[in-house]
Amino acid sequence: MNESLTHIFLDAFLINNFVLCVFLGMCSFLGMSGKFSTAWRMGVSVMFVIIVSSVLSYGANLLLVRFHAEYLRIIVYIIIIAATVQLTEMFIRKKSPSLFRELGVYLPLITTNCAVLAVPLFQTFRKYNLVQSTVFAIAASGGYCVALSLLSLVRERTDLGDIPLLARGTALTLVLAAILSLAFMGFAGMGNGG
Amino acid sequence: MSETSAPVSCHAAPASVAIDNPFVNGLWKQNPVFVMVLGMCPTLAITNSVQNAVAMGLATTFVMVCSNGMISLIRKLIPKQVRIATYIAIIATWVTVVDYLVKAISIDVYKALGAYIPLIVSNCLVLERPEAYAGKNPVGKSMLDGLGMGLGFAFALTCLGTVREVLGAGTFLGVPLFGRNFEPWVLFLLPPGGFISLAMWLLTFTLVRERHAKQRRDIQEAAIAQTMEVSS
Repeated sequence: MNESLTHIFLDAFLINNFVLCVFLGMCSFLGMSGKFSTAWRMGVSVMFVIIVSSVLSYGANLLLVRFHAEYLRIIVYIIIIAATVQLTEMFIRKKSPSLFRELGVYLPLITTNCAVLAVPLFQTFRKYNLVQSTVFAIAASGGYCVALSLLSLVRERTDLGDIPLLARGTALTLVLAAILSLAFMGFAGMGNGG
Repeated sequence: MSETSAPVSCHAAPASVAIDNPFVNGLWKQNPVFVMVLGMCPTLAITNSVQNAVAMGLATTFVMVCSNGMISLIRKLIPKQVRIATYIAIIATWVTVVDYLVKAISIDVYKALGAYIPLIVSNCLVLERPEAYAGKNPVGKSMLDGLGMGLGFAFALTCLGTVREVLGAGTFLGVPLFGRNFEPWVLFLLPPGGFISLAMWLLTFTLVRERHAKQRRDIQEAAIAQTMEVSS
């Protein structure tokens, strides 16, 4: 694959935004977007996990290919991710106990965030090299962070509105996400020039 | 409210009540998508056609039944501190099996589902069930729970897939439904359509459940009023 770095970046960041266009990491996207202050921190934690695990799984994949053990790929990737999440958890607990409490159950659940597992899988399918993989990981996780922050800002506004009781909660969040997703579809045209 | 308290009462209920409960529980009362809102990624990503939705639902069901059974079998051997890691390793094993199984059965389906088959590992629903149920219950019941939850998931996916395929492409399982003049509403095949149709299904389900709850409350109130009248 000879995709240029700019193209990879724009593609993962805007055109095929991980959350709004490829539907990855939905659980935390719907669950963590209530408040902007937690949302962006969650986004940054996920960014960290994604970038570290992307680089590590690039190395692991080389080893697996070397020993013809590609069938172990899913298991190895998920173990790498679980270890990275554990590391992040320890780091955040040490650095900022208040944030640790706010993120609560969603912090260990980063392990089961599809966006995190998807980055190593996609970079393997698309045969990216190390630099391309890193750029891809930064762009994809940055896209996740931006989408999460955007939704949380909108949700803070709608909390003040007078919304029918039935529509409150997940249904309303989904409609807001649909509108954001429509807006991101506008970026699709950028893909052809790249 | 009665729906949300259901799982608690189900766990605490005597065996005679709980025997057939796990299956129905997953299918309807605690439907993973419409009630618990879990496993959103495949729900939104794979449902642009009925065929994909059914295939994904069945693959997830298979993983859930097998991993629930296996985890329940060795639940007494797993130390509490590392249970999540153990669950994930077991689930990842079964997902690898499904990955190769789907590739062997139909290469077309495999291509359509793409990266979403390995991503079953990180479906919150698949990890939530061992944590909430299979880690504490015997093998038979856990597998039944996996089957019920899996089929409930497949049912929800099919609901969504039907709406999106009928509106977005004017077909059902690839068979054209409308005349030649039908202009497909392509938006429903695109990502925003997924969000919108799921929101509409959620609203419908909330509406139905609210109606039921209200009816039950009315009946109860009428009964109370009646006894009050009799006693006075």
